Amino acid sequence: MAIYAPPGEAGSVVQYAPRYDNWIGGEWVKPVKGRYFENPTPITGRTFTEVAQSGADDIELALDAAHGAAPAWGRTSAAERALVLNKIADRMEENLERIAVAESWENGKAVRECLAADIPLAIDHFRYFAGAVRAQEGHSSQIDGDTVAYHFQEPLGVVGQIIPWNFPILMAVWKIAPALAAGNAIVLKPAEQTPASILLLMDVIGDLLPPGVLNVVNGFGVEAGKPLASNPRVRKVAFTGETTTGRLIMQYASENLIPVTLELGGKSPNIFFEDVAAERDAFYDKTLEGFTMFALNQGEVCTCPSRALVQDSIYDGFMADALERVGRIKQGDPLDTDTMMGAQASNDQLEKILSYIDIGRQEGAKVLTGGGRAEMEGDLAGGYYVTPTIFEGQNNMRIFQEEIFGPVVSVARFDDYADAIKIANDTLYGLGSGVWSRNGNTAYRAGRDIQAGRVWVNNYHAYPAHAAFGGYKQSGIGRENHKMMLDHYQQTKNLLVSYSDQAMGFF
Amino acid sequence: MGTSGGETTGERVAVTDPAAALLRELTADHGPLMFHQSGGCCDGSSPMCYPLGEFRTGASDVHLADLDVGLPEPVPVWMSRSQFELWSHTHLTIDVVPGRGSGFSVEAPTGQRFLIRSRLMSDEEAIRPDTQTTTE
Repeated sequence: MAIYAPPGEAGSVVQYAPRYDNWIGGEWVKPVKGRYFENPTPITGRTFTEVAQSGADDIELALDAAHGAAPAWGRTSAAERALVLNKIADRMEENLERIAVAESWENGKAVRECLAADIPLAIDHFRYFAGAVRAQEGHSSQIDGDTVAYHFQEPLGVVGQIIPWNFPILMAVWKIAPALAAGNAIVLKPAEQTPASILLLMDVIGDLLPPGVLNVVNGFGVEAGKPLASNPRVRKVAFTGETTTGRLIMQYASENLIPVTLELGGKSPNIFFEDVAAERDAFYDKTLEGFTMFALNQGEVCTCPSRALVQDSIYDGFMADALERVGRIKQGDPLDTDTMMGAQASNDQLEKILSYIDIGRQEGAKVLTGGGRAEMEGDLAGGYYVTPTIFEGQNNMRIFQEEIFGPVVSVARFDDYADAIKIANDTLYGLGSGVWSRNGNTAYRAGRDIQAGRVWVNNYHAYPAHAAFGGYKQSGIGRENHKMMLDHYQQTKNLLVSYSDQAMGFF
Repeated sequence: MGTSGGETTGERVAVTDPAAALLRELTADHGPLMFHQSGGCCDGSSPMCYPLGEFRTGASDVHLADLDVGLPEPVPVWMSRSQFELWSHTHLTIDVVPGRGSGFSVEAPTGQRFLIRSRLMSDEEAIRPDTQTTTE
């Protein structure tokens, strides 16, 4: 296997620029106030580039560019837009390794995930929406013999998008691809933890889009995010993040009477029914990997299966096998393709995870493995690493109810089907869930009874385009990753046409 | 409210001295402040600090505390009612750590991040009537 050289060192497949301005109107534009902030890699804790610290003035410049570009872009044919999206996908594919290493370096995640999942999924996402928009049709209704209602999908115009840091490229693409396909212009604000990899991507693909169609402005939420989210010049805001900011964005949107789509996290149950342990076969091995999925992306996934519910009758044996499997997680240098788990994205993220491990212990949950900071050596000593952690406890504990956003799973027993569903649904959230069973009827019933927008049955953490993704309950509004997202970036134009020569007869 | 061990202790929510100092600095720039405790993805579980009134609380929220940080006006702390039902057995301390944060919390540009630390409430605290919260 391979160990990639860190960006900035000789032999690296990718180099970051020492400084990034904003991408506005198809060119690099310095922030109005001339301020920049440092961007450290969580792998070593050291700064590798600096990025524009923008404010309201910069957002207005980006909105000017977007409004300049939106009318012409919105009038292009679906075929033209699809062609652009396909070219973006091809260009990303040609640069896949560069983008993957750059993302790993910025976010701290294991490069094997970037190479095998994040970037290939992002590429496919552009291709999916290129196809979806080609296949989209309006519809017509015959009101009476002489009257027809035509329904056309028209773009919203200019939209604002605020991107999280856990999948800096993929989460951006989940929002960019449908918005562009639908004919909108975008002002996008990346997360302040991961502002640079998306700009590196713009360096790769920026020339393929008409100037102003996609603008990227970096900065802090209070300085740049708020002027975007509250701006009367955007027709929709899309956000992935947490509940308080989600509510605040809805409050701003209410002032402007615009729609929002929100993806706000979860506390996803992963349910293992007793029949999974009926054999020690390939399927059983798959269920153990399914349990271990809490460590994917260091647990920094809104659908992290952070509550494992295991049927009492198989609990001891299953957990012994699960512990053994978790013990085989290889944690280390994220740029080593053998590494399965890398660094948490930031110091405050690390501190938050450790504070949860602390309250979990105080509440009496038992630490079965892990439970602390992973001390690394050499260059990695300054990075933010947590050991994969398994807690055993009860569902009313805070570690079972709050999204820790780290490699921490809380495990509880259940007696029977009804008990499993009761525990699974005893949460504020409803984003993801997993059901594991050899019995199709059990799996189907559980899948339907769980209050969550996505239930993985006998798999977990797969995110193919064309499978709708979004939350029930407090997990958000809207469905990404599917052609139905086009609807969230379009408005319906009804043309009500009379083909009759006769007056209506009122006057 | 009183002080012990370098912290200003509220009945249900305390604030560390460094966090109180940061609140005083931020108040100079932003005016009176408030907290709303977040949940969910990414920076969920972080206490979000806003200019007072920026975040509109309502019947779905609980007013947990008014922090005395040495300013003329206290800093109110809010949490959604549904989340409070799950947190009510724990005492919270607002601390600050180096970090980046996200969301629209006002401290992010300073390179510091407010953080919640928790401990179980003692039986005595849990039954004391003045730990009851009010809704405004």
